[in-house]
Amino acid sequence: MRTVFKTSYDADINMFQHRYQFGWYALLLVIVLVLPLYLGSYWLGEMTSLLIWSIACMGLMILVGQTGQASLGHAAFLAIGAYANVLLQQRLGLPFIVSFPLAGLIAGICGALIAMPITRLHGVYLAIATLAINILVDDFIVIAAPLTNGVQGLFAPAIEIFGLTIDRYRTPIHFYYLALAVTLLVLFFYRNLMRSPLGRAFAAVRDSEISAQAMGVNIARTKALSFGISAGITGLAGALIGHYAGIFNNETFNIIISIQLLLAIVIGGLGSIHGAFFGAAVIALLPQSISMARDNLNWLFGTRAFSVPGMETAVFGLILVVFMLFEPRGIYGRWLKIRTYFQLFPFYRKDMFRRQKSYLKTERMR
Amino acid sequence: MDVLQLLVSGLANGCIYGLIAMGFVLIYKATEGVNFAQGDFMMLGAFICVGLTNPQFMGLPFWVSVPVAIAAMGMFGYALDLIVIRRMFGQSQIALVILTIALGFVLRFIAGAIWGHEPISLASPIAGRDVRFGGLVLGLDEVFVIIVTIILTVVLWLYFNRTKLGVAMQASSQNQLAAYYMGIPVKRVHSLIWALSGMTAAVAGILFASKGSIDPSIGLLGIKAFAAAVIGGFGSLPGALLGGMIIGVIEPFAGRYMPSGYAQIMPYLLLFLILVFRPHGILAQVHAKKV
Amino acid sequence: MSLLEFDNVTLRFGGVVAVNQVSFNVEEGEVFALVGPNGAGKSTVFNLISRFYNPAEGDIRFDGKSILGRKAYDIATLGIARTFQNIELFEHATVMQNLLVGRHRHRQSNFVTELLFTPFVRREERRHREAIEKVIDFLDLQAYREKYIAGLPYGVRKIVEMGRALAIEPRLLLLDEPASGLSVEETQDVAFWVEDIKKQMGITVIMVEHDMHLVSAVSDRVLALADGKALSLGTPQEVQNDPKVIEAYIGTTDEKQEVLA
Repeated sequence: MRTVFKTSYDADINMFQHRYQFGWYALLLVIVLVLPLYLGSYWLGEMTSLLIWSIACMGLMILVGQTGQASLGHAAFLAIGAYANVLLQQRLGLPFIVSFPLAGLIAGICGALIAMPITRLHGVYLAIATLAINILVDDFIVIAAPLTNGVQGLFAPAIEIFGLTIDRYRTPIHFYYLALAVTLLVLFFYRNLMRSPLGRAFAAVRDSEISAQAMGVNIARTKALSFGISAGITGLAGALIGHYAGIFNNETFNIIISIQLLLAIVIGGLGSIHGAFFGAAVIALLPQSISMARDNLNWLFGTRAFSVPGMETAVFGLILVVFMLFEPRGIYGRWLKIRTYFQLFPFYRKDMFRRQKSYLKTERMR
Repeated sequence: MDVLQLLVSGLANGCIYGLIAMGFVLIYKATEGVNFAQGDFMMLGAFICVGLTNPQFMGLPFWVSVPVAIAAMGMFGYALDLIVIRRMFGQSQIALVILTIALGFVLRFIAGAIWGHEPISLASPIAGRDVRFGGLVLGLDEVFVIIVTIILTVVLWLYFNRTKLGVAMQASSQNQLAAYYMGIPVKRVHSLIWALSGMTAAVAGILFASKGSIDPSIGLLGIKAFAAAVIGGFGSLPGALLGGMIIGVIEPFAGRYMPSGYAQIMPYLLLFLILVFRPHGILAQVHAKKV
Repeated sequence: MSLLEFDNVTLRFGGVVAVNQVSFNVEEGEVFALVGPNGAGKSTVFNLISRFYNPAEGDIRFDGKSILGRKAYDIATLGIARTFQNIELFEHATVMQNLLVGRHRHRQSNFVTELLFTPFVRREERRHREAIEKVIDFLDLQAYREKYIAGLPYGVRKIVEMGRALAIEPRLLLLDEPASGLSVEETQDVAFWVEDIKKQMGITVIMVEHDMHLVSAVSDRVLALADGKALSLGTPQEVQNDPKVIEAYIGTTDEKQEVLA
């Protein structure tokens, strides 16, 4: 077990607490960088998908995990990012290197604007408002067909950066590195957020709005900012999804995707960056695992029952139910417990991470 | 004439939404939790009834399978609370929302696995018959839906406000610890309300199935029903019905008189506007924290 | 000119008059106590100053200027800090992080520089943490720095709550029942801290308290409230011996004789 002995404020401020922690993450970075050398193009594609979903999950995590605002409609921002990116390239002829960040910015501004009327809502009301927003954005895409090509969807062109062509099928390695670069950038921003006054203000809004106000935190503006940053990051993920999928329409970003995103970050572990990655792993790798398991299960039970559509969402739901009942802190929470067990061995006690029980006292005043 | 027909069919749909919405409100009033799988409860209730009645499954008489289906859903709701929901005691409201969303997925899959994904109709004696009323031709099923819904709403409202158990349920949603001290078996009360909610959903499902065809994805109606509950005011049973009626009536009229594409967004647009300007709904309940 | 002027303020909740034409002034550098039975309106006075409620009548002035036009989140920037009766700490954060939120008023960076974590932001972080260390030192919270609030005992939480208010570097500190639920020793600690806050830091303190020993020990002046009305204003001795106050708390001798007869 390691004792961290701090001799300066920087020890708290720095990204990594000590050299060993930095070492582990550096190793992870090296592995991730050399991955294309060992994986075939199919699995590389899956890894790229994982990275893109990680970006989306990080976006949602900032809003839900850090600021405590529920959102059942984040696919709307995926859509805004995807459409903005492609339309800026197609209609205005902007290169990817300009349209991509711009798409994120547009999604972010939309997020902040949409948030402004709903900052007063809490809990389930907020979730339902975001759900309504998702449905409205989906329908708006269809209504604005002259601009967005409605249900027929848009084709995402191949990416051109300084003469280098990046296409998901023809140059999967380049696409992988592009997704990796964006992921690392978002990770950098997220990590900076967590150690800055704004990140603490987000957590304050999550835990106690009243005392946050007493500390000088402008609740409405902070929530809108959180929505904005979250939507912006999710918009970037959406733009990448557009290129990854090649073609997309309003159906690609429906409420099921929104719900899956939320379920994923809960499974991953709410409130932590690791949780976003674990959750993304579940979204990205689950369909594949199910397909592989499906044939075996069908053969094993001699039925065709497992080939029923909707199996993926059902398994996803089942995983979430299991986690909620037995490990509400998610995959990352379980990982923390395991790690603490080994760190404190043999002094680990069973109820170290036990949550305080709280009784319901309503905040409704009739 | 035309308008009246639209109105009645809109009201009938609205009653279904209202019944599902009342299921939401029942659970909310007793536990301050939100059951996002309420729409899928309705779907399950409908399928159980179909599975009992239709000749290709079990072929029981309609008037036998209806109470059996309702009772089955009541037991399902009770069991669900006992086994799953009770473990979420003390966690945040959003945690329950997320859990029930996931449950909805699982229920949808199970229904599809058991009864198939093809649209199927309930072999009910009400379907397809007409009622003539002073020159109007109304579907018997639609009129039946409206009547049953109104009766059920009145019964539930009386239950909540007049009976001992109903008041106990309200108490346990307002201050659990105090309810315990007063001798109210809070956890059992919760299971009972889930059972009641399941039964209400079953009624909604059976009425829906006798009006048209069903398939496992009809649970997504729950979203519209949720909008109805919010519009009407989340803590109010009559409000839930009112919200449902409003949405139910807006849909066909918007479809007739507005350009296509705008009609289906009307319920959600209305929902959004209410959330922004009057989040507590029409028959409101106020939220404020005392420090 | 007084630091805080509460001028003929009235607040109604529906039919109930929570605060009824209450007036008092708090001078800079003094410790001012608000006492009264439960429901007298003491915390409501605080909530009015914090701008959670709007008075129906009257004015509240800080440093001579009315604060009725201000929003709740503006009050900290004016230099008014408060604690809460029911402890409103940030449960899922550490003590350090709670205290650091108290520094929000002194935040010079904006969200762009923070996302990029420029050297300026880093210098600011050091500055904030240095300021927090002074509060930790004052309240002896060193052992609890990295602990999550969710696991801390009640007494420590009360101290952290006070620390968070001090982190704002306020001119006026509102303490809502600082000693409720504390043992005798902890209450004595509170008394010493309030004295140090007044003498060493020069912060004006308004305190809502039920513990009359604490009130007598540290306050310069006391205002007794009952049923939303101001009963008596003066030194602790004067207020404790005021017949109107005794009547509100205990009842007069006439009533006692009637009961016995």
